[in-house]
Amino acid sequence: MSKIIVTTQKGKTRELKGESGSSLMEILRDADMGVAAICGGVCSCATCHVYINGEWGKKLPPRSEEETDLLKELESYDPSASRLSCQIEFTEELDGLALTVAPEE
Amino acid sequence: MTRTIVIVGAGQAAAQAIQTLQANEFDGKIALIGDEAYVPYERPPLSKGLLAGEIELEKLFFKKPAYFAEKGIDLRLKTSVTRIERAAKRLKLDDGSTLAYDQLLLATGARVRRISIPGADLSGVHYLRGIDDVLGIRAELAPGKRLVLVGAGYIGLEVAAVANKLGTQVTVLEMMDRVMARVVAPAVSAFYDQVHRAAGVDIRLQTGVVAFEGDGRVTAVVTDKGDRVAADMVIVGIGVVPNVELAKDAGLAVDNGIVVDDCCRTSDPDIFAAGDVTNHPSALMGRNIRLESVQNAVSQGRAAALAMLGKPEPYNEVPWFWSDQYDLKLQIAGLSEPTDEAIVRGDPATRKFSVAYLRDGVFVAINTINMLKDFLPAKKLIAEKRVVDKTKLADPNVSLKEL
Repeated sequence: MSKIIVTTQKGKTRELKGESGSSLMEILRDADMGVAAICGGVCSCATCHVYINGEWGKKLPPRSEEETDLLKELESYDPSASRLSCQIEFTEELDGLALTVAPEE
Repeated sequence: MTRTIVIVGAGQAAAQAIQTLQANEFDGKIALIGDEAYVPYERPPLSKGLLAGEIELEKLFFKKPAYFAEKGIDLRLKTSVTRIERAAKRLKLDDGSTLAYDQLLLATGARVRRISIPGADLSGVHYLRGIDDVLGIRAELAPGKRLVLVGAGYIGLEVAAVANKLGTQVTVLEMMDRVMARVVAPAVSAFYDQVHRAAGVDIRLQTGVVAFEGDGRVTAVVTDKGDRVAADMVIVGIGVVPNVELAKDAGLAVDNGIVVDDCCRTSDPDIFAAGDVTNHPSALMGRNIRLESVQNAVSQGRAAALAMLGKPEPYNEVPWFWSDQYDLKLQIAGLSEPTDEAIVRGDPATRKFSVAYLRDGVFVAINTINMLKDFLPAKKLIAEKRVVDKTKLADPNVSLKEL
């Protein structure tokens, strides 16, 4: 079983089951991880912001221009780690992925 | 004794309230009552991906149906509340049963406004609010069919874009003199009008509808200009009305929505309300407003849950909305008024521009079209009620962060 290691805004660490074909946002939302994801995954609101831990960022598909345009305007933006979780589809290759939920803005 | 929170209405506000209750480790009981056959789901994709057949139905659900049993949530679908008995703190349900509550959250949303003209009951005349509506529409949409949309609001135009891509011949009839008149500036209306026309959509402005014709099934729409528009199907999108009846019958304060404070508390200390159904204070506007939006439903769902938990956090967010049509991403923040000064940033011909709205020099709202970088900084300027330099504002190369 593939897993995702999530650190919440409250600093708790949880291990979630990763389901291929779902976006990271959907997996986080399903587990009540405190991701608002208001626009539902269409890259319009930046309320599903997460930090990808360590080297995992390099294994993900790159950010689109739209995703970057939204992320760059967040106060909590970290160029090396910030992603919108709705824009990343979970696959088996991401087994063990570690991320931290970013603060709400 | 265990506390019971009952949530009436299974939409976006309810979904968020449950998420917030869970995230705060609420240890009482939760019951959720919804009149549709589905667990809470996202509505925005209804008029876009679901209608286009690009999204699976299951993708719309906030939680998998199994979630509710796992969390011990008493989920009652296809069930309506017929009465709130405030003195006894219980609900009467349409199956004849009663359900006691300690705290009640009314998240009853809004329903479509029905058109009352001859032929309104003909088959082939649709509305779009829920999953079942979309499945009904999708079953009839096919290349070559003639679809008439009554109303050019943004949901109507999203449907127009999807139907047009599916090869349907689309006609839009709109009473006002421009599309999306209620939510965007004239410059943005003109842009979308042109985009739809270029795609082959027939838009007729300042055109009302007086009758639907057909024998059992709609075959034509008669306009107030006397024109007869041939139709295989019709979708009416002329707004929504808040579902306030339960609250009103129970004697709660109701005025274009259930009246709540900035923590979603109604006039009864044990009853809360959230989402499209509420009339709530807006510090930004300096008056009470009622919003029909996902953002408001989610933020109020959270605020109501926190208030029920005894940790109230006033809700005072800049309202925002979005709409996807063709390859265009429209984002709206703030509430503009027709008298606001509209300043265009960028060239609409590039399909990437924004329109900022000033009221007495104060930045009050924005529409961005494929201009994502303006959206979040604009929200901040709006929240801060910032007076901005107009010349800089009109220059799309100046970041809104520098204003």
